[in-house]
Amino acid sequence: MKKVFVAGDNLITSLGFSTEENMSGLIRNSSGFQRIDDRSLSPIPLPLSTIDSILLQERFLSFHHNQNSEYQDDNFTRLEKLFLLSISDAIKGISPDIFGERTLLIISTTKGNIDLLEEKNASVFDVKRIFLWKMADVIRNYFGFHNTPVIISNACISGVLAIGTAFRFLRSGLYENAVVTGGDILTEFVISGFQSFQALSPEPCKPFDLHRNGLSLGEGCGTIILTNDSSRIKGQKIIVEGMSTTNDANHISGPSRTGEELAMAIRNAMKEAEVRSSDVGYISAHGTATPYNDEMESKAFAIAKLQEVPLNSFKGYWGHTLGAAGVIESIAAIHSLKKDIVIKSAGYKESGVSEKINTIKQNREMHFNHFLKTASGFGGCNAALIVGKD
Amino acid sequence: MDSEYIISNWCSIRNKTLILNDKKEVDEENFINFAAFIKCLYKKKLINYPKFYKMDNLSKLGFLSADLIIKESSVLKNYNREEIGIVIANSSSSLDTDKVYQETIRDKSNYFPSPSVFVYTLPNILIGEICIKYQIKGENAFLVSREFDPGQIWRLVISLLDQGTIKACICGWVDILDENYESILFIVEKKQEDSANQEKKEDCRSFNIDNMYQLYKQTGN
Repeated sequence: MKKVFVAGDNLITSLGFSTEENMSGLIRNSSGFQRIDDRSLSPIPLPLSTIDSILLQERFLSFHHNQNSEYQDDNFTRLEKLFLLSISDAIKGISPDIFGERTLLIISTTKGNIDLLEEKNASVFDVKRIFLWKMADVIRNYFGFHNTPVIISNACISGVLAIGTAFRFLRSGLYENAVVTGGDILTEFVISGFQSFQALSPEPCKPFDLHRNGLSLGEGCGTIILTNDSSRIKGQKIIVEGMSTTNDANHISGPSRTGEELAMAIRNAMKEAEVRSSDVGYISAHGTATPYNDEMESKAFAIAKLQEVPLNSFKGYWGHTLGAAGVIESIAAIHSLKKDIVIKSAGYKESGVSEKINTIKQNREMHFNHFLKTASGFGGCNAALIVGKD
Repeated sequence: MDSEYIISNWCSIRNKTLILNDKKEVDEENFINFAAFIKCLYKKKLINYPKFYKMDNLSKLGFLSADLIIKESSVLKNYNREEIGIVIANSSSSLDTDKVYQETIRDKSNYFPSPSVFVYTLPNILIGEICIKYQIKGENAFLVSREFDPGQIWRLVISLLDQGTIKACICGWVDILDENYESILFIVEKKQEDSANQEKKEDCRSFNIDNMYQLYKQTGN
């Protein structure tokens, strides 16, 4: 079995267009939320974490114009621009053979170009791009990736599952490199759906807090480059060590009552990574701030004997970014690991879950060697990923 | 390309025809639409699961396929529920239901987004439905590709089986958009020739890309 290294990354959220901008935003504990009053998104004003459209267009054009691409700039949807921008930044400094036959592109998204179902957008773009594989083709062809991309659409665990799938393929030597990219945008489709579930918080979400009352939505895109070729790594070596998914087999839209199944995924991932509970230094939780999710997670961490481990949810900064979440939160956790710091869990004051948890109340320097990333989603799915220093 | 894993059971629902382990079980030329066809299959196969009627078309199609092969196999007897995984792929994701949902929010004067429709705007809900019925708790993944791509499914399933957290996997392709539907599911497990629990099946196929593709092709017309 080969080791799987992190070779590069990019993060795009309301906090910025690069990993550096996002990490400094997180370290400053900046909130990415704004109260948005836009009837084309929601009948009522909501706190949302949005990527500035004008900045996105500027950033996109400045990179796109330096490409020798035959594509015209108005040929891309908002989400496609995010994917192209994110991948182009993540592969900076990586040799161009990254597009070759030894590399697999893996795309994580829940809804892709779902905004093309709206009449105003359907007239501008080829409606076929509503198919995830068609959107993936656009991304593949732009860069000239040799292999057909793998597309993962598995609700809110998509991003963690995409990294985990890349890890499996690289560990066994099936491919040498993987470009894993995850993204989703804010649309009326998604916002109205969560509203119909009465799942949205009127204020920016408060993961694990006593007064949490629902999630906040955000948009984002992140890319992580993985490789089993250690010669591609400059500087500190970070490795993906273990990954597992499970299903609650309980309810299609509500989490497990016991947390047993998430705990099972955590145990599987830890076993694969050959780490014990005491080796896990930090948890980047799913932490959506819905009453049931955070409660379930606290139970799972208790079962896995991780109650004492410092924990945060990044969703208090940039919201729930759906298919991007697992990718961008893993990247933020990887950079916390590299910098030996842990970030305050935004929105948290007092525990509102039944099991003991060790939520991070202030940024602090902390040396640790392994972290756990968790995710859970509709359809009863759970995922756990272990990443560490080599 | 033979592996140590076999396709122990398979089921396809395409072109108004149901094939279960090489046997054509239902071949109905008369149905005018998918809804009538899938309801007929449900009744003919004596499935009794009231939740079925609440599912969207993608889940109905995939659930029925999975239900039939699970009942044919001894996979639930041979393995713990957390040792069984589910990997399903399709072309249209949940677009069939996405379009239904979009209609509920299109007109601002007649705005009625429904949680029971919205929840089905994720393709992996199908996996959740199968897991709930049979208490299957192992690894799960939903993939999207332009057309049936047995190589993608095979690579992921093999990597999961080799990793060892699952010992059997229900995998395949379940796609529906408007009236175009096709489903082919396989149960994949380890060859266990000496084991007493293993059902006797001389005609078991090796789990490989060619066999997956052959079975898909032969159900095409």
